[in-house]
Amino acid sequence: MKKAIAIVSLTAAFAAASQSQAVTITLACGAVGQELQLCKEGAARWSKKTGNTVKIFESPNLTNDRLGLYQQQLAARSSDIDVYQLDVIWPGLLSQHFVDLKGKVPASEIGQFFPRIVEANTVNGKLVSLPWFTDAGLLYYRTDLMKKYGYSAPPKTWAELATMAKKIQDGEKKANPTFTGFVFQGKNYEGLTCDALEWVNSFGGGTIVDQTGKITINNPKAAQALDTAASWVKSISPAGVTTYDEEAARGIFQAGNAAFMRNWPYAYALGQGEDSKVKGKIGVAPLPAGPGGKPSATLGGWNLGVSAYSKNQAAAIDLVRYLTSPAEQKIRAIEGAYNPTIPALYKDQAILKANPFFGSLYSVFTNAVPRPSAATKGKYNQVSQAFSSAVSDVLNGKSKGQQAVASLATNLARIKGRGF
Amino acid sequence: MTTNATPTSAAPTRRRGIEAARARQAIWLLLPTLIALAVVAGYPLYRTIFYSLYDANLTSPDQRTFLGLGNFWFTTDGVGTGFLQDPKWWTAVKNTLLFTVVSVFLETVFGMIIALVVNSAFRGRAFLRTAMLVPWAIPTVVSAQMWAYMYNDSFGLVGRGILGGQALLANTDTAIWALIAVDVWKTTSFMALLILAGLQSLPGDMYEAADMDGASKWTQFWRLTLPLLRPALLVALVFRSLDALRVFDIMYVMLGPVNAAQTSMTGYARQALIDNQLLGVGSAVAVAIFLIIMVIVVIYVTAFRVRFD
Repeated sequence: MKKAIAIVSLTAAFAAASQSQAVTITLACGAVGQELQLCKEGAARWSKKTGNTVKIFESPNLTNDRLGLYQQQLAARSSDIDVYQLDVIWPGLLSQHFVDLKGKVPASEIGQFFPRIVEANTVNGKLVSLPWFTDAGLLYYRTDLMKKYGYSAPPKTWAELATMAKKIQDGEKKANPTFTGFVFQGKNYEGLTCDALEWVNSFGGGTIVDQTGKITINNPKAAQALDTAASWVKSISPAGVTTYDEEAARGIFQAGNAAFMRNWPYAYALGQGEDSKVKGKIGVAPLPAGPGGKPSATLGGWNLGVSAYSKNQAAAIDLVRYLTSPAEQKIRAIEGAYNPTIPALYKDQAILKANPFFGSLYSVFTNAVPRPSAATKGKYNQVSQAFSSAVSDVLNGKSKGQQAVASLATNLARIKGRGF
Repeated sequence: MTTNATPTSAAPTRRRGIEAARARQAIWLLLPTLIALAVVAGYPLYRTIFYSLYDANLTSPDQRTFLGLGNFWFTTDGVGTGFLQDPKWWTAVKNTLLFTVVSVFLETVFGMIIALVVNSAFRGRAFLRTAMLVPWAIPTVVSAQMWAYMYNDSFGLVGRGILGGQALLANTDTAIWALIAVDVWKTTSFMALLILAGLQSLPGDMYEAADMDGASKWTQFWRLTLPLLRPALLVALVFRSLDALRVFDIMYVMLGPVNAAQTSMTGYARQALIDNQLLGVGSAVAVAIFLIIMVIVVIYVTAFRVRFD
C-alpha cells in the first residue's frame, strides 16, 4: 500500500515536473495531399506523450515557394520555426542553419534508415536531418480501362505508353470529352525537373550534370527524350499539361479523366479513398523505359531537421526522433502511402496490405535516380530552373530537343562560372 | 532718399521674416516624415545599391566579396555571368514593357469611355460608380488566382468554355496577353475613377456655349474635353505606367515562380534573390529596375510637361 502511494505520488511529481517544462514547438510541414492532416495527427500523438504543444506551420505547396520562405526565416536567424520539413535536395543548400543530429540521436537509431538516404542528408560529416519519407516517380494506370481495351500489362516503354494512351483516349473521348491519355507535372518548376530527368535518364541521356560537376546534358539521347515528351502534348496529354503540378495531375486522374499519370506514391492512398472516382481501379508500375534504356524514377523524399536558432532544441530533436520512428512511419505508410525510410518496414504485412506495390516496386524506390543537387551544391536551384525552363520550351513547341539541350549547356556553363 | 528707404525695405524684411518662420515650421513638421522615409525607404535603397556591388549570398550575407559592376556584366573564361548577359533578363524586360504599353493604353481608352458614361446624368449613376470599383477592390492575388482558374483548360470558364480547351497560360508568349486581359479587367475602373475626377472639374457652361455654337459632341470631345483633361490624364498615365512596370503578383500567382521570372522584371529579381539566393545579383537587378523606371518617368515628365502641383 505504501509502495503504491509512493509510486502514485512519484508519477504525479514526474508529471508535474514535465508539465512545468512543457514547451511549444513549431513544426513546418507540407500540405500536398494528406500531408498536413497526417502531420497534425503525428504531432498530436507526440504532444500527448510528452505534454508539449506543437504548432503547425502551413507551408506553400510548390517546393520552390517553400524554399524561398524557409530561406528568409533562416537567413534572419528566426526562432519562429523549430522543426523544418526539408526536401531531399536542400541539405547542401541549408546545412549551416541546422543542428548536427549526429551524437544527439543514438547511432543505432540512425542505423535503421536506408544508408543512402542518410548519406544524402549528411553534408561535410554533419547530419542535417532525419529521413521521414522517401519518394520515387511512379506510373499510375487505370486497370479497368486496360482490360476494356485489351491490354494485359502496363506499358514497358514510352512508345507503348503513347500507343496505349492514344487508343484509350480515342475510345473514352466519345462518352467523356474531357478524357485524356496521360497527365504529368509539366508546369515550369521543380516538379518538371523531376519528370524530365526521368525521361532523359530512361533514354540513357544521363543526369544533366554528372557527379563530378561536368555538364552532360548536351547529348542526342537527351534531345530525343525531350522531343518524345513534346510529342505527347496535345496528342495524349491536354494542352494545359504544361501548367500542371502534382495536385493538378492527381485531380484529373482521380476524377476519372485520365488513363495514365506520373506521380509520387502519395497519390495512391488518395486515389483509393472513399471520395475517389477511381477507387479500386488503380494500378501502379515502374515508369516506362526509353529505346535501349532502362526505367528511371527520380528520387524524392522529405526529411526533418531542427533549426539551429530553435530555443527548444532538445524537445525539437525529440519530436523529430518521434516522427521518424518506425511506429509513426508505419501509420503514415498505411494511411497516406508515404514510403518509409526504414528497410524493415517494407516487409511489414499491414503496410503491404495497404500498398501492395511497395513490395513489388521495392527496387524502384531503392534505385531511384538522384537529382544533381550534390554535384551542383548551392547552385542546384539555378541548374534546376535552367533545365526545367529548357524542357518547358520544348514542351511548348518553342524549341526542338537538340537546340534546347545545346543552349541549356551554354546556360549551365554560365551558371557554373568558376565552378559549382 | 534715406527717409523713403526705411519703410520700403522694412516691409519685405517683415514679410520675409514670416515666410522664413513658416519655412522653419514646415521643416519641423516635415522632419518626422523625412526621418521615417530615410529609415524605411532610404536605408533599404542604400543597402540594395551596396549589395549590388558585391558577390553575396542570401543565406550568409556577411561573407561577401567586392565585385564592382560584375553582377551586371562579367565575363570569365569566355562565359558571361552578369545578368545583363542573360537572355532571360531581356525576355523579362521585353515582356514587362509590352505588358505596360498595351495594358496602360487599353486601360486609358476603356477608362475614358467608362468615365464619360458615368459622368453624364442618368438613373442609377451612383450605383454604377460604386459597382465599377469592384474589380479594383478585390486584392490582386485573389483576382489573379480566380483568373488562373478561369483560364484552366479542363474546367475553366474561359479556357474550356470560350476557348474550347486551349491553355493560354501554358506558353509565356500567349500568357502575356492573358495577363494583360486580367490587368485591364482589374485596373480600368481605377483609371476611370481618376479620369472621372478630372471630368468633374470641367465647367458645364463651356459645353452649353459649345452647343450654342453648334459644335458636335465629337468636336466637343476632341477640342474641349481632351485638351482640358490633359493634366489629369497625364498624371493618371504616369501612375499607371509606374504600377505596370513594377507588376509582380499577377505573374507570380498565375504562372508560378519560374515563368514569372521571364514575364516580369520584378519576377526575375525575386528569382535571383530568393530562389537562387544571389543577394548580389538580385540587388543589381533591383537597381536596374529602379533606373529603368526612373528614366521612363523622366521621359514622361519632360516630353509631356507633366505638372504635379
